[in-house]
Amino acid sequence: MPRKLPALNPDNRAFWQGGERGQLLIHHCDACARFFHPPSPICPRCASFDVTPRPVSGKGSVASFTLNYQQWTPGLEVPFVIAIVELIEQPGLRFLSNVVDCDPLAVSIGMRVKVRFEHLEDVWLPLFEKEQ
Amino acid sequence: MFDHRYEKNVAITGIGQSEVARPSSKSAMRLTLDACLQAIEDAGLTREDIDGVACWPGDNNNGDPFSPVGPSALKSALGLNVNWFGAGYEGPGPLAGVINGAMAIAAGLCKHVLVFRTITEASARVHNKGGGALSAKTQGRDSSYAWQWFTPFDVHSGINLMALYAQRHFHEYGTRPEQLAQIALTCRANAQRNPKAIYRTPMTMDDYMASRMISTPLRMFDCDVHCDASTAIVLSRRDAARDTRHAPIRIEAIGAALDQPWSWDQISLTQMAAFDVARMMWARTDYTPSDVGSAQLYDGFSILTMIWLEALGLCPTGDSGAFVEGGQRIALDGQLPINTNGGQLSGGRTHGLGYVHEACLQLWGRAEGRQTQAHTVAAVAAGGGPLGGTLLLVKE
Repeated sequence: MPRKLPALNPDNRAFWQGGERGQLLIHHCDACARFFHPPSPICPRCASFDVTPRPVSGKGSVASFTLNYQQWTPGLEVPFVIAIVELIEQPGLRFLSNVVDCDPLAVSIGMRVKVRFEHLEDVWLPLFEKEQ
Repeated sequence: MFDHRYEKNVAITGIGQSEVARPSSKSAMRLTLDACLQAIEDAGLTREDIDGVACWPGDNNNGDPFSPVGPSALKSALGLNVNWFGAGYEGPGPLAGVINGAMAIAAGLCKHVLVFRTITEASARVHNKGGGALSAKTQGRDSSYAWQWFTPFDVHSGINLMALYAQRHFHEYGTRPEQLAQIALTCRANAQRNPKAIYRTPMTMDDYMASRMISTPLRMFDCDVHCDASTAIVLSRRDAARDTRHAPIRIEAIGAALDQPWSWDQISLTQMAAFDVARMMWARTDYTPSDVGSAQLYDGFSILTMIWLEALGLCPTGDSGAFVEGGQRIALDGQLPINTNGGQLSGGRTHGLGYVHEACLQLWGRAEGRQTQAHTVAAVAAGGGPLGGTLLLVKE
């Protein structure tokens, strides 16, 4: 079964489609000069509407991870790595993704990773690979 | 911080539970009626006395076996006349029905509120093992607030999210697999003394370590077991609780706070909502963690029990591994018996209200073969991730 893709809307479109131009776009509050995630029309910290998706480096480190061994759907290749990646731009700025193209057993907390995009339909999924 | 601690005017006066089966041949409504009528009778009340109904999460209009019966259907089936009834997924997790029902009493809307929780996931899985998957919660492409951030990355089960919490706990505090295993082993030992428990055969550390890895570091025995069951309690206004059959069990304090985003990955990975919730609960009472004589701590996945132990201050933050190691402290005859009916890991995933039922049995001294030393204060906690609620119960 292929990945279940997100439905795009004005709030999440930049995050899911930034990869078309090779950019990881994270919402930024220009009023308090901080990034936040998940994207939203308002900054949850200062309640400003002065928010806009801005490109980040795509570099980060693994805050936590798990090797999923259970084949939940037909064709799902296991084991694969699910990780929460914290971006270098700001402490606590993080989201869940997959770490791909490496030995799953070599993944550890603190491992440095960088984004790579997987293009499916109109979505560019931000996945991560080991930073060489 | 709080100028009114409403819950102290509310007491649990009766409890009931249907069979706990895997699966049951009874309908969801019949299971619900079995539990509710038992609870009403246990309180020494009749149907006519019930003037409110609460539930979590209630009927979501989708036939989901996660919650097939809600207050509207139950109220109608039982012919109840109510001043207030309500349910809904949003709120402080599986104990939200108790917390909301108590609020309805404290607000003066009701005198006796029936709270119930029905689940038929065992029957559902006979026909469709994947029906409960996160990726099946929404049709087609997903822009739901909760799940669009996970299902594109092949997160199909909540276990993947809990595994991230467990891995981080292991990393920060040095928690080890054989410590985590103790939650499952303790639950199984307790389940052997509970005739209604789903899994009652002995489990050894070797059995645990040999169980299938699902999502590191969580194994199959770290996951709760689906069942068909309904659990019910009666909440009564304190002055109306005097005539009931058993000593009232006062709701001494509730915890329902959330000081972080409602999110499975933006929330603290080692504290979840649990620490916010527990902080609120202790701020609403003069009791302290050392007063707690038994604790029923959510074990949808074993790691959650460990985090609740820390959140409630029943052991120091980060020390739950050492606290449970060997199992003596948390055994039925230990200093802090937990999940005394086998929890959800071995007893069955009654999902939330089962813990309240068991806490009451222990406080009333009605737990038979698994009865702990007599005590008057019990803690109940339910939920994982952004879901969390607690109750401190005191037998009067």
